[in-house]
Amino acid sequence: MSDLYNVSSSSHIRSKDTSSRIMLYVVIALLPAAAFGVWNFGLRALLLILVCIASCVASEWIFEKLIHKKSTINDFSAVVTGLLLALNLPYTLPVWQAVLGSVFAIVIVKMLFGGLGQNFMNPALGARCFLLISFAGTMTSFTYDGVTGATPLALLKNGESVDTMKMLLGTTGGTIGETCVIAILIGAVFLILMGVIDLTIPASYIISFGIFVLLFGGRGFDMTYLTAHLCGGGLMLGAFFMATDYVTSPITPMGKVVFGIVLGILTGLFRLFGANAEGVSFAIILGNLLVPIIEKFTIPRAFGQKKEVK
Amino acid sequence: MGLMTFKGGVHPHDGKEFSKDKPIRELLPKDELVFPVSQHIGAPASPVVAVGDTVLRGQKIAEAGGFVSAPVYSSVSGKVKAIQPRRGAVGDMVNSIIIENDGEMKEVEYSAVEDVTALSKEEIIGKVKEAGVVGMGGAGFPTHVKLSPKEPDKIEYIIANCAECEPYLTADYRRMLENPQELVEGMRIVLQLFDHAKGLFGIEDNKPDCIAKMQELTKNEPRMEVCPLKTKYPQGGERQLIYATTHREINSTMLPADAGCIVDNVETLISIYKAVKLGKPVMNRIFTVTGDAVAEPGNFDICLGMSYGEVLEAAGGFKVQPEKIISGGPMMGFSMFGLDIPTTKTSSSLLCLAKDDVAASETTACINCGRCVSACPEQIIPTRLAKMAGHGDMAGFEKWNGMECIECGSCSYICPAKIPLAQSIRTMKKQILAERRKK
Repeated sequence: MSDLYNVSSSSHIRSKDTSSRIMLYVVIALLPAAAFGVWNFGLRALLLILVCIASCVASEWIFEKLIHKKSTINDFSAVVTGLLLALNLPYTLPVWQAVLGSVFAIVIVKMLFGGLGQNFMNPALGARCFLLISFAGTMTSFTYDGVTGATPLALLKNGESVDTMKMLLGTTGGTIGETCVIAILIGAVFLILMGVIDLTIPASYIISFGIFVLLFGGRGFDMTYLTAHLCGGGLMLGAFFMATDYVTSPITPMGKVVFGIVLGILTGLFRLFGANAEGVSFAIILGNLLVPIIEKFTIPRAFGQKKEVK
Repeated sequence: MGLMTFKGGVHPHDGKEFSKDKPIRELLPKDELVFPVSQHIGAPASPVVAVGDTVLRGQKIAEAGGFVSAPVYSSVSGKVKAIQPRRGAVGDMVNSIIIENDGEMKEVEYSAVEDVTALSKEEIIGKVKEAGVVGMGGAGFPTHVKLSPKEPDKIEYIIANCAECEPYLTADYRRMLENPQELVEGMRIVLQLFDHAKGLFGIEDNKPDCIAKMQELTKNEPRMEVCPLKTKYPQGGERQLIYATTHREINSTMLPADAGCIVDNVETLISIYKAVKLGKPVMNRIFTVTGDAVAEPGNFDICLGMSYGEVLEAAGGFKVQPEKIISGGPMMGFSMFGLDIPTTKTSSSLLCLAKDDVAASETTACINCGRCVSACPEQIIPTRLAKMAGHGDMAGFEKWNGMECIECGSCSYICPAKIPLAQSIRTMKKQILAERRKK
């Protein structure tokens, strides 16, 4: 019996999709926003992007080396984290702070909880919030065209008027990747077409946030105000690229809708009633923490099951 | 667009091109045939022949072991050489009757029926039972049990499972092209049992020639209808097929009859026709030998009891050395470590793959992407269930509807992290069922 054939449990064929390919798609989808950021803010933005990616990948590699685990940097997830983090930073941030943030994202938020798939919070956003708290000054100082000024959202908060056309095009102050709505949407459409994300979370997030702003914004049915809120800050980047992070969003179909609504309400609360102009990052990491509870209450009805009477 | 279907499912490469256009070839068996006494779900049959006995083709060699059981017939004439445990396709040892073929194919006399419509319902079911007809799509559930629901009047649909949604398999496809009349006659006989039922033929739209042929044959049959189905795996899953054709849903605690349906596969319906009209027991079936490692893939009319290896020889043997050989389709079939295994009533194919996807793919961490959820035709959450299975969390597994899994393998197929989800879930289901039986 020298030539025995392989035996395994069915199914015996596998699709071509792999986790690293999915991550690669996300990287590609982030490129328009990144490229626009570099064009908009200059080479300093490119430097930060490269630094964040390099330090994320390096810290994952070193950490796994130290604890004698097989290296997982080939799955590109650290690249995604680094790129996302960079897109969430002002281009003026000191390099050492960006490095610190990257190490925090990978080591504290991701690896200490078990690595890819185990983190309960989006690593890039966890790091951004860590940096916001630690270095409030450099993290909230936005320079545009050599002038330090308020972001459109901050202007909006102070009741001043904003140019929504500029916000759509992205020629305003802000973090590297959040300003250009068009670039973000190009990436989002790519992800949807490639089947990487679906619209459930972004749609329920953006719609519920929009309704919240209409109800509590104090401006009534003011379309310009609403558009400014939708295009301003990190909402679009957050809704399409961070709220949809597989690991830290619910897997149940109903849970995705609930998650989006929770994010919409939290973002609205933070933006309209909080001390800061921006609220997307905090809303999403808070939402991440609620995921286990959301899943628990949204276990789907299996095919053929009668509606459960509780 | 107007095609009938279900929610979820996957689109694996269909691989049917290997054997699709190969007409059915009859195969004559060589010297030794092996007949396991358990080729069906239910009690094993008990041998009614002894070592040294001479048997004819079509002679009963094992008697049904209970109501949910089926007799076994010899497919050749010859001498009983031994009765001993032999390895089956699933890997277990099954008591088997081994017959030395004398090569003469002397047959018993079958009692054909002139006019089937003159038969009573009990007579028809009796003939099906006596002929040892079981679900020949792979499940092996005794057909006479299926045809005896508690309330026959409430059966509204007899669904012929002509989907053949498993990649690579073409046995049913060839049957429909070459013997469609027998399929229609089989359906007519079953319809005779159920006065209020309509016969539906659910055929995937990757077989337009079969759809056309069946439509042509049934155009003057008011009680029969052809239902073109979207080509998607597992369209031929019993619950999925019922939903696609009738929009009725059943779950793991129900039988198709609870939704007024009875589902039978192509080969089964043809066996019913042969059993009732011709009086012939189940001795042969159509069998596909295929895969990229086979020299001349094809479809064969085999005598049950021949070994997989013998049928493979008829297909020219291997072109290249395969890494994996599978009894059945790639999604739900059983991989076998050798070829010296007998074919049975439920063997639909031998699939030989040059490359083993499973061995080639490295399992990585679950990233919670939810592809398994979208693919699951039962709308459950495979990755959560697999995790619970890993933790031995029976309560959680049942709460998250793990018992609804039909083990179609769509989740394992689609998983980008290459996690064998279906395997974990299947194992856990078995443990829970064993636990329930203890109580």
